Amino acid sequence: MRLTLAEVEHIAELAHLSLGEEEKVRYREQLSAILEYAQQLQELDTDAVSPTATVLPIHSVTRPDNPQPSMGQDDLLSNAPASADGMFRVPVILE
Amino acid sequence: MSLCDLTLEDAHAQLQEGQVSSAELTRALLDRIAALEDQVNAFLTLADPESIMAAATRADARRASGEDTPVLGIPIAIKDLIHIKGIPTTCGSRILEGFIPPFSATVIEKLEAAGAVFLGKTNTDEFAMGSSTENSAYGATHNPWDLQRVPGGSSGGSAAAVASRMAFAALGSDTGGSVRQPAAFCGVVGIKPTYGRVSRYGLVAFASSLDQIGTFGRTVTDAAILLNVIAGYDPRDSNSLQAAVPDYQVEIRDVEDLAGVRIGIAQEYLGSGIQPEVEAAVRVAITRLQDLGAELVEVSLPHTEYALPAYYLIAPAEASANLARYDGMRYGLRVRGNDLRDTYQQTRGNGFGPEVTRRIMLGTYALSAGYYDAYYLKAQKTRTLIKQDFDRAFEQLDVIVGPTAPSTAFKIGEKVDDPLQMYLSDIFTLSMNLAGICGLSLPCGFDHQGLPIGLQLMGPALGEVAVLRVARAYEQATEWHRRQP
Repeated sequence: MRLTLAEVEHIAELAHLSLGEEEKVRYREQLSAILEYAQQLQELDTDAVSPTATVLPIHSVTRPDNPQPSMGQDDLLSNAPASADGMFRVPVILE
Repeated sequence: MSLCDLTLEDAHAQLQEGQVSSAELTRALLDRIAALEDQVNAFLTLADPESIMAAATRADARRASGEDTPVLGIPIAIKDLIHIKGIPTTCGSRILEGFIPPFSATVIEKLEAAGAVFLGKTNTDEFAMGSSTENSAYGATHNPWDLQRVPGGSSGGSAAAVASRMAFAALGSDTGGSVRQPAAFCGVVGIKPTYGRVSRYGLVAFASSLDQIGTFGRTVTDAAILLNVIAGYDPRDSNSLQAAVPDYQVEIRDVEDLAGVRIGIAQEYLGSGIQPEVEAAVRVAITRLQDLGAELVEVSLPHTEYALPAYYLIAPAEASANLARYDGMRYGLRVRGNDLRDTYQQTRGNGFGPEVTRRIMLGTYALSAGYYDAYYLKAQKTRTLIKQDFDRAFEQLDVIVGPTAPSTAFKIGEKVDDPLQMYLSDIFTLSMNLAGICGLSLPCGFDHQGLPIGLQLMGPALGEVAVLRVARAYEQATEWHRRQP
């Protein structure tokens, strides 16, 4: 199980990560080694085994749909990289 | 004896009897921190000393008016993955540099209501991803027993703070061993409660099906006292359990022997790959448990060897989804690129360190089209087998015993270039998170270099009382917890 450089670039693109050329080479080696190690799971016969969805004995947690107080606008915007007029300022996506 | 050397339990007793004030305790710890923190680097953020002292004075006033809780006026430390309103949370990451949470975690609200004093936020591997605290963007924490060595991780700052007596107790989080392994490396007690026992509201998410907040103390009772305060159902965490919370402190108070307790020994936890001194210490500890009256039972957990590969697919997969939120739009770092996509990529490429980047990529791959069945789904099926191993074992057992980690603390820098070697230091702790069960680590000896060795006790879901009783009986029969770095 050895990843190609193109695969590493594809994964980085899916995950929105910019990588330098040196990093791509390093992650290719390291991820390949980890995936190789993970191959040992293939030894197990899991055809009749259900995947774990949750370890808890609870299912479908619901609550009454009652309005609750929420955090104020100032608090919510307090960590914004940029904000204006009570809104988050984000990069332009349409000219 | 310095005030710093008191156990939390004894500090509380002295507060009750009026022999000491919270202000005095807090001042003593602040002095201790001032003397040692340069060498240990346990904290990422220390709260402003004036506000810490003000909190201590408020606790003293509450006590003077007749109030009492087991943590009223007790100074503690909090892993920097848990929000305290108004104090920065970094998660050990550049991407959250300068982030100040506008709300507190449920566990923090509970501790505040009980009157605990927060000293500051402790160092962690970035987003709790690591086993040595070396992955912190703000420098490694040093092990108080040997400053050239790691304290374990990811909650290494909390473990080191408690071990070096800079805090009476601390909170950490445990996704694959991040409370137990640093507890073992630093010679303190670290509890990983059952999944859902403690609310995760306000704990920054790493791998949501595995994350659980845990406690550190220098004794079993101290760690149990803190667990008492934070355990319980929380409507803001829909994965928290509605089960009643026993009074752990009371449940373990009168333990004398272990008559009638069935303790399992799994061969899979005592095989190859363990430092011989660690195995020897654990075997002696097991004999001790037998001397205390426990019945020892051989048990097999046959899928143990598959826990590591399963974990390192499941946890990164969940992390890759959880960390998608760091996009530089609403909070955290933003690095402007040529367009929106480039801004995302630059922000995340610059903001995340190597281990987080590695895991996001690993998780993204394991979940991607064409590989989902072979990796993620296969790992989730393996997880079922691991859980079934424990379910079967606990049908006839109260507790399972083994080592917490395969070695004592390793040298800083020794494993940073080999992720797989680093992952192997979690080999005995991961299974418990995959199965959602509870357990702890407590000191059971020292190697020839004077480094602590941890004994791991594992219990079934909501089996905290049984685990804590065994731990307390063992602690009372031994002197390991009295040694100081």
